[in-house]
Amino acid sequence: MAYDLKLRVWRGDRDGGDLQDYTVEVSEGEVVLDALHRLQATQTGDLAIRWNCKAGKCGSCSAEVNGRPRLMCMTRLSDFEPEETITVTPMRTFPVIRDLVTDVSFNYRKARELPYAELGPRDADGKRRMMQVDVERGQEFRKCIECFLCQDVCHVVRDHEDNKQHFAGPRFFIRYAELDMHPLDTHDRRKLAQEAAGLGMCNITKCCTEVCPEGIHITDNAIIPMKERVVDRKYDPLVWLGNKIGIRNKDNEGRAEV
Amino acid sequence: MTDTRHPMTGNEMSYYAEGGIERHRYDVVVVGAGGAGLRAAIAAHEAGAETAIVCKSLLGKAHTVMAEGGIAAAMGNRWLEDNWEVHFRDTMRGGKMLNHWRMAQLHAQEAPERVLELEDWGALFDRTEDGLISQRDFGGHKYARLAHVGDRTGLEMIRTLQQRAVQVGIDVFMECTVTDLLKDDAGALSGVFGYWRETGRFVTIEAPAVVLATGGIGKSFKVTSNSWEYTGDGHALALRAGASLINMEFVQFHPTGMVWPPSVKGLLVTESVRGDGGVLKNSEGKRFMFDYIPDFFRAETADTEEEADRWYDDKKNNRRPPELLPRDEVARAINSEIKAGRGSPHGGIYLDIASRRDPDFIRKRLPSMYHQFKELADVDITQEPMEIGPTCHYVMGGIEVDPDTELSSVTGLYAVGECSGGMHGSNRLGGNSLSDLLVFGRRAGEAAAAYVAGLAQRPAVTDESVRAGEWSALTPFQVEGGDNPYTIQQELQQTMNDLVGIIRTAEELTQALVRIEELKERAQRMSVEGHRQYNPGWHLALDLRNMLVVSESIAKAALARRESRGGHTRDDYPKTDPEWGTKNLVVRLDDAGTGVTLAEQPLPEMPDDLLRHFQ
Amino acid sequence: MATTDHGVTSPTRARIDVRTLRQDRWWLSPLTTFVVFTAFVVYATLRAFMGRDYYATPYLSPFYSPCLGDCVEGASDFGQPFAWWPLSAALIILIFPLGFRMTCYYYRKAYYRAFWLSPPACGVAEPHGSYSGETRFPLILQNVHRWFWYAAVLVGLVLTFDTVLAFRPMPAEYAVGDGETSGVHMGLGTLLMIVNIAFIWLYTLSCHSCRHIVGGRLRHFSRHPVRYRLWTWVSRLNESHGRWAWYSLFSVAIVDLYIYLLATGTIQDVRFF
Repeated sequence: MAYDLKLRVWRGDRDGGDLQDYTVEVSEGEVVLDALHRLQATQTGDLAIRWNCKAGKCGSCSAEVNGRPRLMCMTRLSDFEPEETITVTPMRTFPVIRDLVTDVSFNYRKARELPYAELGPRDADGKRRMMQVDVERGQEFRKCIECFLCQDVCHVVRDHEDNKQHFAGPRFFIRYAELDMHPLDTHDRRKLAQEAAGLGMCNITKCCTEVCPEGIHITDNAIIPMKERVVDRKYDPLVWLGNKIGIRNKDNEGRAEV
Repeated sequence: MTDTRHPMTGNEMSYYAEGGIERHRYDVVVVGAGGAGLRAAIAAHEAGAETAIVCKSLLGKAHTVMAEGGIAAAMGNRWLEDNWEVHFRDTMRGGKMLNHWRMAQLHAQEAPERVLELEDWGALFDRTEDGLISQRDFGGHKYARLAHVGDRTGLEMIRTLQQRAVQVGIDVFMECTVTDLLKDDAGALSGVFGYWRETGRFVTIEAPAVVLATGGIGKSFKVTSNSWEYTGDGHALALRAGASLINMEFVQFHPTGMVWPPSVKGLLVTESVRGDGGVLKNSEGKRFMFDYIPDFFRAETADTEEEADRWYDDKKNNRRPPELLPRDEVARAINSEIKAGRGSPHGGIYLDIASRRDPDFIRKRLPSMYHQFKELADVDITQEPMEIGPTCHYVMGGIEVDPDTELSSVTGLYAVGECSGGMHGSNRLGGNSLSDLLVFGRRAGEAAAAYVAGLAQRPAVTDESVRAGEWSALTPFQVEGGDNPYTIQQELQQTMNDLVGIIRTAEELTQALVRIEELKERAQRMSVEGHRQYNPGWHLALDLRNMLVVSESIAKAALARRESRGGHTRDDYPKTDPEWGTKNLVVRLDDAGTGVTLAEQPLPEMPDDLLRHFQ
Repeated sequence: MATTDHGVTSPTRARIDVRTLRQDRWWLSPLTTFVVFTAFVVYATLRAFMGRDYYATPYLSPFYSPCLGDCVEGASDFGQPFAWWPLSAALIILIFPLGFRMTCYYYRKAYYRAFWLSPPACGVAEPHGSYSGETRFPLILQNVHRWFWYAAVLVGLVLTFDTVLAFRPMPAEYAVGDGETSGVHMGLGTLLMIVNIAFIWLYTLSCHSCRHIVGGRLRHFSRHPVRYRLWTWVSRLNESHGRWAWYSLFSVAIVDLYIYLLATGTIQDVRFF
């Protein structure tokens, strides 16, 4: 069933811009990105949109639909009333480039500051052994498609530009968690997570988890466990005492602090 | 602009500028940041070359993320009997013996080590009970061989390689499109010319070695599993630089793409659904694949449902289900069923795993598929069958390269991954593309670095070549009142879909060539609105030139090959012809530079010690 | 409103003047939290300072358990080491459950959003000019959550004991029939206390710190199968940690209110046997 959809799209660049109204024909089963593509092909040939796979797998078409961070390719029109006006803006945490395209270099800068996996030597037969239960937690975090919606919604940087310098953001906290839970990794990154990445800036208000299109439990499974691991290292007198008298968590043996 | 660092990448933007064009200098430039490009860049960097990656999208968004099933590598973790020779044999047979034997050999031999390398760099594959990398069944592979992570293996691979590339410090030019390859007067490659998508500013990168890793051509077809980036850039760049393309008539239609809703038509449904027990049924509820077993595979395919079902648990004493025949066979069978009127309401057929596996198993093994159908089609695949149909997925054809170094016929120009040709013959087996990217990516990176290290003098970038690149990129802005590029693209996609699709005839192919000529004419007079800053209309206009020349290559080669084999099916020549099995078709740019010419070329001869696998 | 040009209206961002474009009722959830939490805090404060009407045989209000001050007869099952304490006995022990809840990861989310508006809801700009999260005093103290968890386990055990005591036979004057007291007793108060202790344990055991301590801190689940089982179990409870937080908040208040009404003679206990 085709109908005319009312769209308000933010058009502009760093020097300014505003919401502009359009009407575009859409049909059953379509998503917001389809509507914008039709707009682009028929009315606004130069409307800037960043997109790739249109299947929710690459995380390129992040934007805000009616004020909520979403992937445009996974936002179905059937979630709205046909007479409703849908407002689409670029992500509001990152500098705008043009129209719906933002400069997400913040995330790539943070990625460069991140530690990497550092595994010990392979087994004698040239292979590695890890049990499925030991890799499952990390696998959840590696589902991340880097759409940066969690970074966009996180009020620590969304509402405070100055925090961008010292705060890596949820996407990279899950990377820290992934590495810290890796059964063969040899580094201890708790200090880095707390100091360089600014884990303490997070006040666990969970918006990152709410917007994650992959359904990763960012707060419960990554950020809070990382905070608890930092507590192990720094704020737990029992652990400290244990270390003093030689009772240690053997599970962490062979890891070096970086 | 006073800021000299590029806002997206932090790259220095005005290394030095001549004629207002930003210039950089590297030893090796890799075009494309998918699996092949990243692996090539890592290899070149590790071999000591100053390396840069140029890619049309953001880093980590390349089409490799869409790969679902796994990486084929004979590691023998599930089946000790598996080794590179079995993998080699499967690959050659899957490609109907048209593969370059040497590429298939290197691929089978080196894939296991390339997979283990990913694990060293942090990839977390699914595990066997013993803690080794798990391997799953796939069409055309004799043993369970695909290293995988659920059904998002491509994502795991690209993220691992991306993190590795960032770790070692490779420069990445993101959202930057290469429009021309530059050559010196002696015909050696000297660099690339392109533009930043974001600003529209031009950029020249001087480099004696360029590795093309631009992927495929799927966007020339209407129904495709490929993303917008797949416009055949590497194919076209290489052609224009004087290199040749091989096997262009072979385009793989994946048997299972979504058919509904219309906005996602063509979106891939992984072969793992069948590997994990899913079956194909027509509207009468019949499991029809048993009617389509070709003689070539009869000996190793189950002919009763009972045997096929037993195979999942007991592979030694049973033969494979026909649903797991190579993709070309399955796609043709589905096509025939739909044509015979036994299709589903939305013009597909049914892929059913709901009635065969319990919901937990499905959700665990196929999380992305579950999510994809739930979110996009409102279908719960643990309860209902999926509606699917063939979708343009992969081009076997590509730039003709030397198997050991991936060097094309142009000095300094290398090609890897989907944009290179030869490895997969007339049909690619599932899982062989991810391993292809890794094996040949590394080889190309090392060869390119070695070539540059051995150079006494670097080929020079001439001013004329840069000016020519600039002039041709700006042409679409100089025309007013011409065709809209979106319109031409849509017509091309429709033409390719209708006339150069899964089943071909001489008449339709001839007609397609006429239409492509018309579209080429109209593309000369395209016009775009707006300015150069992040202008998708302009970007499309430039990509469209590539799509047109690639489409012409496919149609011409398809018309010439008067037989059916692998990804090329001729209704007027339905049989495989042994005579055609001895030669490849090679495409080059014609003398005028406006079209392509075709030549036959004998297949490279396989040495006897490999030949024995097929006797 | 404070200086929001540090945030979504800062110069490089897309120029949109409103602080959110959300059209749903995003304010409903923080408002509800605000109203309910405020009501609870007011009620709990009043009751804690009251210092009376917390014991009605055989029920002891959870606000006063264990009753370590100068408590009424029958209320102190663990002695009265703080008999010298001049104020309400509740104030001696209430710090532990209160601290546990104040530093709880779920409550933090709830009150940062509802009371601090940091942020009020996802995609809605917060009114503060600067933000340092939990990196400085006093919020850095949130890291002591697991100490309160240890205490909360002890409090939970005491409350469990109280619930067992709630089955005690009633004094003769309440006896049914011909004046004999049965070996056990169960009234509506007992039932409420059972429900309450169930929620208290669900809340305490679903705690994120608990999840970490029982197994989450490990890198190799495969080498610790028992702890892995425990972790899996706690993880499942943890998914509903927020729900248990609310349910137990209500149940504690209701048990206390019921006992208050009994103790003041406003109502009579409903007896089942």
